[in-house]
Amino acid sequence: MPRVLVTGNQAAGRTLAMAGEANRTARGCCAGAYPITPQTEIIEYLSAHSFSKGRVVPVESEHSAMGVCIGASLAGARSFTASSANGLSYMTENVFAAGYYRLPIVLLAVNRTLGPPWNIWVDQGDSLALRDAAWMQFYTDSHQDLVDTILLAFRVAEDRRILLPALVALDGFVISHTQMVVDLPTQEQVDAYLPPCHVPHRLHTGRPMTFGGLTWPRETAHMRHEIQEAMLRVPEVLTEAIDEFEKLFGRRPVGALETCETTDASTIMVACNTMARTLRNLVKHRRERGERLGMIRVKLFRPFPRQEMRDATATAQRVGVLDRNHSPGSGGIFWQEVAASLRGRSDLLLQDYVVGLGGGDVTEDCLSGIADDLSSRSAEAEPVWEEVAL
Amino acid sequence: MTPIRLEQCADREKDPAEAWHIGGEHLLRCGNTNCAGCGMSLGLQLLNQALGVERPMLAIPACCGIVTAGAFPNSAYGAPVAATTFASSAAVASGLVTIERLNGQDTPVICWAGDGGTYDIGLATLSAAAERNEDLIYICYDNEIYGNTGGQRSSATPEGITTTTSPFGKGERKKDIMGIMAAHAIPYAATLSVAHRDDFLRKVRTARRMHGFRFLLMLSPCPTGWKSEAEESVDLVRHAVGCGLFPLYEVYDGVRYRINVRPDGTPLEEYAARQRRYTGSQVNLKHIRERIAEQWHRLDALALAFPAAAGNDCAHD
Ligand SMILES: Cc1ncc(C[n+]2csc(CCOP(=O)(O)OP(=O)(O)O)c2C)c(N)n1
Ligand code: SF4
Ligand SMILES: [Mg+2]
Repeated sequence: MPRVLVTGNQAAGRTLAMAGEANRTARGCCAGAYPITPQTEIIEYLSAHSFSKGRVVPVESEHSAMGVCIGASLAGARSFTASSANGLSYMTENVFAAGYYRLPIVLLAVNRTLGPPWNIWVDQGDSLALRDAAWMQFYTDSHQDLVDTILLAFRVAEDRRILLPALVALDGFVISHTQMVVDLPTQEQVDAYLPPCHVPHRLHTGRPMTFGGLTWPRETAHMRHEIQEAMLRVPEVLTEAIDEFEKLFGRRPVGALETCETTDASTIMVACNTMARTLRNLVKHRRERGERLGMIRVKLFRPFPRQEMRDATATAQRVGVLDRNHSPGSGGIFWQEVAASLRGRSDLLLQDYVVGLGGGDVTEDCLSGIADDLSSRSAEAEPVWEEVAL
Repeated sequence: MTPIRLEQCADREKDPAEAWHIGGEHLLRCGNTNCAGCGMSLGLQLLNQALGVERPMLAIPACCGIVTAGAFPNSAYGAPVAATTFASSAAVASGLVTIERLNGQDTPVICWAGDGGTYDIGLATLSAAAERNEDLIYICYDNEIYGNTGGQRSSATPEGITTTTSPFGKGERKKDIMGIMAAHAIPYAATLSVAHRDDFLRKVRTARRMHGFRFLLMLSPCPTGWKSEAEESVDLVRHAVGCGLFPLYEVYDGVRYRINVRPDGTPLEEYAARQRRYTGSQVNLKHIRERIAEQWHRLDALALAFPAAAGNDCAHD
């Protein structure tokens, strides 16, 4: 397996290209390409790639980028695209369509602040706004995690028991534009890991069915319920996919949650993406001082791993959630999910921290301040805005 | 009835076409929800005839044409249909045709879209697919109104016409979508009349034999929206062509023009008086006649200056 120094965007582009190429033995691959910072290099990489059986379509908008993916997937191909921020918002209608169509499309979301005001730095609000679109959502914390998760995403999305699209998120700039050494799989390894993509409900001239047409309430409710059932099967299928991954690649990517020092922790902090990597350092340093601090990285956001969250926080009396996103009128979106998972835990103090909005640097010092606030709190309060309040 | 589950969806690879008894079936089957006299019903019958036994893949955006299929799990179309979002038929069809061609299949992939999905919300998508010269046939059935949502104006609605969102008569003129498509220099653009069967069939077959982006515009009577009689739909289109309002012509590569049917002196009133949408006080027939004359002046000049090769169908055959 080649070890290469690449940016996050290059790693994503190369992995997507190999995943697409791997389907040359089946119906091929197709991507829609439309630029937006900080994602642009991904679609540039794909556009320059020559596929044995694939095509990158240079469309006029993100809405059409997803439209092309939908068409290609409905024709049985492996399809994928990438976007950020306003591109994701512009794409939204077709993102929902892909989910409700049950098409195993993979979308790379390079997290960026939604404008206006215009800001190109990281904020998870763009992809979280798509959380109800019937897509799996994975949040990655490093270049290696990104590469591995893209492969897992195709594998799980295309699994006959799932057939749901998957969004893989990475931090704009912090990952997309920085370089790290990664173990990049070879084409042969990707070929071996990803079975040919098979969309059982693909269009075929011999089969006169209308996909996405009118349905009555009962059928619609049943279809939505099937999606929920498929979502509930994700943890099991994901674990299988990780087992297979480990056999082939010799390393084991994180699944739904990554925990660190949680088994005896009295205080746990929850984060996603690169914030979680900084948090890990804080936990290490606090542990050295004898503090019983632990951390949880939420990697799988849809379906949300509620049981795993309950298990991982079983010993904790205080849980603080770090949200680099905000739902105005409510609070951090990860916090909402954690609160729903931990409902009934009356012994627990759960506090939300809105932090790093608009790409603000989240340093270990900053997290240290939050940890102090969390341990000194006597009661829960409304979400605390780190940049404003602390 | 127990709903069909996705997991039970017939497995295409193990499921030959014969199992679905599709061969020879009509493109528009019984049980469709079109109103009596709908232009779509006439157009789809002619389309079916032009394609023969060949079955296309259809991409249909939100419009009356997707309601036509009826409710899941039924489908009144005798062909597979992707019901796309309103603006996306040309994008979804681009994806479909890409994969069909990569797999060596020459399946005709056809967008069947209303004027709203073509002139308005889908225009950017359409323009982009045309600019990429995707191997698609795009048919706009133009009923000059948002039919599905109950009759609102579109940019295809003619000047003066009263709709629910132009209650005092539309103040703006109809957009020249043929001009827009020709400006993309696509291999083929043509207008279709359900009252001119041979011309209709020939144009669809011409389009079918060609590759790249082909745009067909069909005037589509809508008794419900036009407030006309169902049995007069074919006559209405005949009159629209006869009075010069809806010219039948073709444009090759955006530059070579051929006029197929010239106005035959039918008075505009023959067309307008049979539709209550044309009876509002804002409708000015004299003004429309001037517009028709202008339109023909321009079209004649183009056809004279840049004629399509004599005979048939140019070099693309
Ligand atoms: C994004 C979006 N906006 C609005 C609608 C509602 N809508 C459905 S069909 C339609 C009008 C369709 O008009 P047209 O394309 O002319 O087709 P027709 O109904 O006349 O056949 C509208 C506005 C929609 N489905 N999607
Ligand atoms: S409303 Fe008009 S276009 Fe729609 S089905 Fe009825 S006649 Fe046809
Ligand atoms: Mg219409």
